[in-house]
Amino acid sequence: MFATEVVETTVPWIYENVWLIPALPAASFVLILLFGKRFPYKGAEIGIVAVGAAFALALLTAGTWIGDIESADAGHGETESHDEGEGTGTDSHDEDESTESDEHDSLGLTDGESAAPSIVTVGAVAQAESSGHDAATRGEPIVTERTWFQSGDTKVPIGTLVDGQSVMLLFVVTLVSGLVHIYSTDYVHGDRRYTHYFAFLSLFTASMLFMVLASSTIQLIVGWELVGVCSFALIGHWWEDKPNSDAALKAFLTNRVGDIGLLVGMSILFFAAGSTFNIGEINAKAAAGEINGTALTWAAVALMAAVMSKSGQFVLHTWLPDAMAGPTPVSALIHAATMVVAGVYMIGRLYPVFWEGLTISGSNVNLMALIGGVTTVGGGVLAFVQRDIKKVLAYSTVSQLGYMVLALGVGAYTAGMFHLFTHAFFKACLFLGAGSVSHACHHSFDMKSDMGGLRKHMPITFWTFLIGSAALAGIPPLAGFWSKDEILAGAGVWPGTGGNGTYYIPFIFGMITAALTAAYMTRTVWLTFFGEYRGHEQPHESGRRITTPLIILAAMAATVGFLNMPGPFVAKLGLPSGIAHRFEQWVEPSGIPSFVSAEYNDFHHANPSFTLAIFATLLAAGSGLLVWRYYKALYAKDPMASEYTDGLRSRSGLARRGYSLLENKYYLDHLYTDTIAVAVKGPLARLANWTNQNILDGVVNLAGWVSVRTGRLVYRFVDQGVVDRTVNASGRTASGSGQMLRLIQSGQIRQYAALMFGGAAVLAAVFILAI
Amino acid sequence: MFLNEFLIFAALLFCIGVYGVLVRKNGVMVLMSIELILNSVNINLVAFSTYNGDVGGQVFALFIIAVAAAEVGVGLAIVLLMYRNRRSIDIAEANLLKG
Repeated sequence: MFATEVVETTVPWIYENVWLIPALPAASFVLILLFGKRFPYKGAEIGIVAVGAAFALALLTAGTWIGDIESADAGHGETESHDEGEGTGTDSHDEDESTESDEHDSLGLTDGESAAPSIVTVGAVAQAESSGHDAATRGEPIVTERTWFQSGDTKVPIGTLVDGQSVMLLFVVTLVSGLVHIYSTDYVHGDRRYTHYFAFLSLFTASMLFMVLASSTIQLIVGWELVGVCSFALIGHWWEDKPNSDAALKAFLTNRVGDIGLLVGMSILFFAAGSTFNIGEINAKAAAGEINGTALTWAAVALMAAVMSKSGQFVLHTWLPDAMAGPTPVSALIHAATMVVAGVYMIGRLYPVFWEGLTISGSNVNLMALIGGVTTVGGGVLAFVQRDIKKVLAYSTVSQLGYMVLALGVGAYTAGMFHLFTHAFFKACLFLGAGSVSHACHHSFDMKSDMGGLRKHMPITFWTFLIGSAALAGIPPLAGFWSKDEILAGAGVWPGTGGNGTYYIPFIFGMITAALTAAYMTRTVWLTFFGEYRGHEQPHESGRRITTPLIILAAMAATVGFLNMPGPFVAKLGLPSGIAHRFEQWVEPSGIPSFVSAEYNDFHHANPSFTLAIFATLLAAGSGLLVWRYYKALYAKDPMASEYTDGLRSRSGLARRGYSLLENKYYLDHLYTDTIAVAVKGPLARLANWTNQNILDGVVNLAGWVSVRTGRLVYRFVDQGVVDRTVNASGRTASGSGQMLRLIQSGQIRQYAALMFGGAAVLAAVFILAI
Repeated sequence: MFLNEFLIFAALLFCIGVYGVLVRKNGVMVLMSIELILNSVNINLVAFSTYNGDVGGQVFALFIIAVAAAEVGVGLAIVLLMYRNRRSIDIAEANLLKG
C-alpha cells in the first residue's frame, strides 16, 4: 500500500508536533477545573473531546510511523501485503490514518521549514542525510526537544521522543482513556464531585502521555511523579470514607519508596553516562559498553526498586489491590493503560541499561526475572482467594505485570512489550466489565454473596467479560495467547526456542502462572455469571455508554494478538507471510544499531514452538476445566454453597493453613504495618508495661518516700541557699552591666558616627598592618 | 600620572567630611559633610580607574552619585520633619534614643 517511494526530506508534521497529544488533555484539565461546572454536561464533554482529539492524533502518529516502517521494508524488495485478515475497527483506522498522513507529509514540508530554529530534530537530520529510509534509519527514534532550563553547563531538555514503543503506548493510553471517559459519564453519574473527577481523569491521561513521550530522564521522572499524584487523587475520590483515603495514602507512600530508587538510579545514570539526561544517549552508551559496569548494575538495581513500587512487583505490590477503593473506571485506567505500566515502560525505555547492568544475556537468573517470576506466581495465587471481583482483577494485574517484567528479565523485549499491549485491552475490558456487573448488583463487588447467574441478566457484559477472561487466560486465538506464548518461548528453555537456554526458573514460574491464570479466571467467571443469583435485588444490563466501551475493548482483546503472529504459525495457517511479526517490526527500536546486535537478536526474537504453544494451552485449558468442575460440583449440591464451609478448606488442614496464608496476603501488610512500623512501638510498650508493673511499682513507693525527704533537704539548702542566690546574682549582674552599657547609648548621632569612624579606622589599620 | 596627588586630595576631603559630621550641630551641614565623604570616594574611584585604564571605576562613581542623590533626598526630608516638630535642626538636641 505504500508502494510509491516517498523520498522524505523532512519529518512528517506529526512527529514534531506530537507534544499536542499530552497538551490536549492537560488543557482540558485546566478548562474543566475552571469552567467545567458551567457546561451542560458538567465538564465531561471537554474531557471526552480532548482525549478523543488526542486519540485521533495518536492514530495519526501510529499510522505515520507504521507507514514509514512499511515503506522502508517495501523499499527493500519485500512485498508487504499489509492487508491483514484481522482488520478490526482500529486496524482499518490505522490504515486510513496512514494514508491520511501522506497528505500531511506535504503539509509537513512547509511546516518543517517555518518551524522555530531552536527545535533540534536529531532523527530528522539523520533521515534527511540518508535521503529516505534504509535499514539503518528505519525505526530510528525521532527526538524533538528544546532546552527547558540550564544549570551551569548542564542543559535540561524537554521534548518528545517518537519511536515504536512510545507510539504503541500513545495509542493504548488515549484509546483506553477515551473509553473510560465515556464509560464514566454513566458510571459516576450524579456523583457530587463529577466535574472534579473528569478534571483529574484528564490530568492523569496527560501525565501518562507526558511520561510516555519523555526524551530525557528528568522529564520521565516528572511524568512519573505526576502520574503518582493523579492516582492519589483518583483512588481517594470518595475520600469521605476512611478506607478510601487510607488506600490513596498507601498508594502514594508505597510509590514514594520506589521513587527514591528512581531518583538514585537516574542520578547514577546521569553521572555515569557523562552528564546527560538524554535517554537515547544513555541507551547508546550503555549498549556500547561505555558506561562503567558497576555503575550500570547499581543503576539497574535502583531502578528496579522504582519498578517494584510503580508496577506493583513483589514486595511493594500491596498498594495495588487497595487501590481498588477508587471508582472502577479509574481502576481500569490505572491497571490497563496508565500508572502500573509506567514501570514496565521505563524498563523498556532504558532497556540497554538493564540488559548490560543485570547481564541478562549471560545469566540464568537475574534480579528482574526473579522479581517478575515471584510476582507473577504470588499474584496469581492471591487472585484465587478473593471474594471481591475487583480484587481478583487487581491481583491478576499484579501477576500479569510480573509476567511482563519476567519477559523483559529474560531478554524477550518484544514479548514483554507485546504483552503490555494486549494486556491493556483485556484488562481494561475486564475491569469495566466488573464495574458493569457491580452497577447491576447495586454497587457490590462481592462475588460470593451478591452475584452468580448473571449471564442471563446481562448478556453483553457476560460475553465481553468472557472474551476478556479467555484472552487473559491465554486461550487461542485471543490476544493473550499470542503474547503469553511469546514470553514463554522467549525464556528460551523449551527446545529450539533460542536465547541462552538457561532461564529455567523464570520459565517454570511462567508455566505455573499460565495454569493459575486460567484457573482463577474460571473461578471468577463461574462465581459471577453461572449458578444461581445470590443477590437480593433484580440485576439489570447496563446502559449503552457502559456496554459500548466493553464491546470495543472485547473486540480489541480478541484480535490484537494477530498483530504479532510468529512466522511458522502464519505459514501453517496458509496466510500471506507478510503479516507475521508486524508488531515486532513496528515497535522494536531497530534504529539503534547496538540494540539489534546479533546477541540482542537472539534474545528478542525467540523461535516459536508449536509444541510449547500446545503444551501451554493444554495446561491453561486443563486447569480451567478442573476449576470449572470443582465449582460446578460444589454449587450443584447447594446453590448458596461457599468454598469456605463446603470446599476443600473444610476437609484438609493443609488447605486451611494455605488459605489463611493467602487470605492474609502472605502477611505482607502485617509485616509493614504491624511489624516494621510498629517494630519499635509494640514490643517497647509491652516491655515498658511489664517493667512498670513488676519493677517500677515497687520502686516508685520507695522513690516517692526518698524524693519527699530529698525534696525537703533540697529546698532548704540547695534551693534557698544556692539556686536563689544564683538567680539573684545573675539578675544583679544583668542590671549592673545594663547600667554601664546604657552610657554608650547617648542618643547623640555624632557620637555614633565617631564610634563608627573610629571602628573603620581600626579595621583599616589592621588591614594595612596585616598586609 | 599623578595618582598620589589625587589620593592625598581625596584623603583630605574625606577628613574634612568626617570632621564636619562629628563637629557640626546643624543637620544640613552634617548632610553636606557626608556628601564630601562620598565625593572623596568618587575621586578615589575615578583616579584608580584612570590609572588602571578600566572604566569600571567610573561606572561605579556614577552609581555612587545616584545613590548619594537618593540619600540626600531622604536626609533632607528627615531634617525637614525634625524642624517641623522641634523648630530646630540642632542634631545635638535630638537625643530621644538616649538609653
